[in-house]
Amino acid sequence: MATSKQMTFSRRSFLKSSALASGGMIIGFNLFNACKSDVKPSIDLSKLNYNDFNAFIKISPEGKVTIFAPNPEIGQGVKTSMPMLIAEELDVAWKDVYVVQGDLDTKNFTRQLAGGSQSIRLGWEPLRQTGATAKQMLVNAAAARWGVDASECNAKLGVITNANGETLGYGDVVSEAALLEVPENVTLKDSKDFTIIGQGKGNVDIDKIITGKPLFGLDYKEEGMLYATILRPPAFGQILDSFDAAAAKAIPGVIDVITIGEKAKAYIEDGPNSWTARFNDHEKVVVIANNTWNAIKGKKAIKATWKEESPLEDTALHDKKLNAILDGNTFSTMRSDGNVKKAFANADTVFERTYESPFLPHSCMEPMNFFASVTPDKVHLVGPTQTPAEAAKIVSKLLDRDIDDVHVEMTRMGGGFGRRLYNDFVCEAVEISNTIKKPVKMVSTREDDIATGIYRPAKKYRIAASLKEGEITGYHLKESNIDSNMYGLIPHFFPAGAIENYQVDTANYRSNISTGAWRAPYTNFLASAEQSFFDELAEEMGVDRIQLHMDLLDKAKNNPDPKIDYSPERLQGVLKLVVDKSNWGKAEEGVYQGLSVYYCHNTHVAEVADIVMENGLPLVKKVTCAVDCGVVVNPLGALNQIKGGIIDGIGHAMYSDFGFNNGIPQSNNFNTYQLIRMGQTPKVDVHFIESDMAPTGLGEPTLPPVGAAVANAIYKATGKRLRKQPYMSNMNVEETVLG
Amino acid sequence: MQNIDNMPTFNLKINNETHTVEADMDTPLLWVLRDQIDLVGTKYGCGIGQCGACTVHVDGTATRSCLLQVSQAEGMNITTIEGLSEHGDHPVQQAWKEVDVPQCGYCQAGQIMTASAFLDKNPNPTETQIRNAMHGNICRCAAYNNIEEAVKVAAEKLS
Repeated sequence: MATSKQMTFSRRSFLKSSALASGGMIIGFNLFNACKSDVKPSIDLSKLNYNDFNAFIKISPEGKVTIFAPNPEIGQGVKTSMPMLIAEELDVAWKDVYVVQGDLDTKNFTRQLAGGSQSIRLGWEPLRQTGATAKQMLVNAAAARWGVDASECNAKLGVITNANGETLGYGDVVSEAALLEVPENVTLKDSKDFTIIGQGKGNVDIDKIITGKPLFGLDYKEEGMLYATILRPPAFGQILDSFDAAAAKAIPGVIDVITIGEKAKAYIEDGPNSWTARFNDHEKVVVIANNTWNAIKGKKAIKATWKEESPLEDTALHDKKLNAILDGNTFSTMRSDGNVKKAFANADTVFERTYESPFLPHSCMEPMNFFASVTPDKVHLVGPTQTPAEAAKIVSKLLDRDIDDVHVEMTRMGGGFGRRLYNDFVCEAVEISNTIKKPVKMVSTREDDIATGIYRPAKKYRIAASLKEGEITGYHLKESNIDSNMYGLIPHFFPAGAIENYQVDTANYRSNISTGAWRAPYTNFLASAEQSFFDELAEEMGVDRIQLHMDLLDKAKNNPDPKIDYSPERLQGVLKLVVDKSNWGKAEEGVYQGLSVYYCHNTHVAEVADIVMENGLPLVKKVTCAVDCGVVVNPLGALNQIKGGIIDGIGHAMYSDFGFNNGIPQSNNFNTYQLIRMGQTPKVDVHFIESDMAPTGLGEPTLPPVGAAVANAIYKATGKRLRKQPYMSNMNVEETVLG
Repeated sequence: MQNIDNMPTFNLKINNETHTVEADMDTPLLWVLRDQIDLVGTKYGCGIGQCGACTVHVDGTATRSCLLQVSQAEGMNITTIEGLSEHGDHPVQQAWKEVDVPQCGYCQAGQIMTASAFLDKNPNPTETQIRNAMHGNICRCAAYNNIEEAVKVAAEKLS
């Protein structure tokens, strides 16, 4: 059984404990690194040492357990689910657990970030080991007090019991436990004994959220703090030429107008090609004010002129460039099996389709912001970042300060979606504070956020399959992207291994528009393209869509290539489950169904979208989703992620359009840029594959497939194949068959 | 800093307390609440009344505080998320907790304020009425199924 294992730590230094002055015990651990052998956690809670430990458990003499949650919280639920793993093995009642967001400022840690849906997958073993080790220490302390062997004692729900039926609470022995050696071998629970894992646990911040307590970066305040807004160029390709701050300075409450950018520029010119610095390497005008509104007003009052540093681009140009890539031969091959060229030459038919999607901003509900206080003693940073360690690193370089001077406090984040992986906003806040020598909060307006973003790049996929005697003999996928290309294991996802002659090629066009990761990078549209293509291909071949997929997965089972990253069995499992639960093929009149099945971020997902036509337009009424994510750690959080991912995916596939005209984004707020709203949302019906496999992430995997499920359903309703997102803007586009 | 002493003064009745603030008259209530009165539960999302994150009650009506100038807010009864209930136990707040609505949580104060004003006027709504009432509040995490469910749960509590 994958969830029960005798663990032997390779290094004794994985955990360190200290006795607290108040009588309790603090256990420090490093989630993903063994920490140095000579360090101990601080007993002063205000000085927890996040350089050596990135997470802590505190047990008080009253038996209360505080877990300092290690990873950034962007709405993916890890502030609840990661402590659940600890509490399970520590064996305490969940209601006795208090969770606090840990500060982060680590030079030794490897993975204290939110991204890639990996927190739970990677934390599964070490977090449970930590809880189990702490429990063993408490049991050892109780056994020593009783003068019995620890193996005769049992611990449950915070109480240790010996063979005579005597009991001691964790709090009773915590001071003694803190002085004991950290045990090297602990036994993890069998999954059938779980009492917290697998139970739905509510968001640990719920009371603060529903009563409006300060939680987010934008809510942070400090004595003497000033507010700053930044005037950024209106068009990509433009930089500041000149500015006149007289009108801004005349606004009551505006304190100063300065420029920043030199630090980042010097850093860039020094050699390192850092994305984060690249967003900051030009001069920007900053308005400093006594509050946010005056800073916003001041920014509007700046009169600036701009000059062209590089050509201003627009959507028509991107379209042309992406098409030229698809028609050209500048590709790099990411994976090649057999001989696609030969298979295509020998085919009865070659079936080819092209799929397209636009740029997308992240639209986090909390706009980018950060607090910085740069003083001779230290650099104090507070705010929302998905990559706090990277923030500390770049700030230390930018200011030429020792990284130990840089202290990062994380706030709950009003969304991340990849945007907060980049610390451009941290660099800005730091440069401002460093210039004015005061604590300052940099605040982006919504317009800044949307129109000066780091976008999911526009992209196109051209997919071709060769057919011979009713069989798929070859599959050739070409990716044409802006700035970057698919990476890692993505080329080894389905249908790699299922088709003998298989090739994935990529190439990109370098734009001056900043692009980056966006929830489920690359797969967020690749899945739509691929799963729409298979729907079309099944129709072309005159075969059943489900059967085609099951047969291809059967073939993949025999492929010995270890790079093949998905499990054909698990994909078949979710496919069967969704067919069973969605009433597939038996939908009532007026309801049209589309299917999509996909693997990414280590999780296997199948989805069926039910649409109806209302006033001639498609509306998604229901999505049935089957998920195989191994053990479901927190069903409540899991359902939230799954449903949110699906509705987010539908919103961006159907409604959200974003382009450029002369370098200027075509939208800068929610009046012209459309996000999905309640009236457009389906009910999402989720079914899990029962499993005791180690858990995998859910922050991203349900988003990518849903676009195709919707497109395939719309085809059934209208006879129209939609190959260009957002679908609602492109409903009337003539079908373009490029085969 | 210039002219700061010449700022006009406004008396605002917020959560049954009177607050006197100095602010330029065009300052949106949103920023007065957040920066001057330290009521940061009301959130900035778009500044143009499109997302609903800044929703407060003005004389019982759900209102976008980013569009209401402080000079217009004098003499009105303003309720923010902090004042919706004394102990965080308004039926809508209870429902939000029971359903475990939030993901990131940023938009939820605005969602709760919209829902509570709506249910005040219509405690027994149909699904379509709920969907229409909540259509103006964006949830970027798309926790819409949970929000819809929580409004239904709250309605049951109220009726």
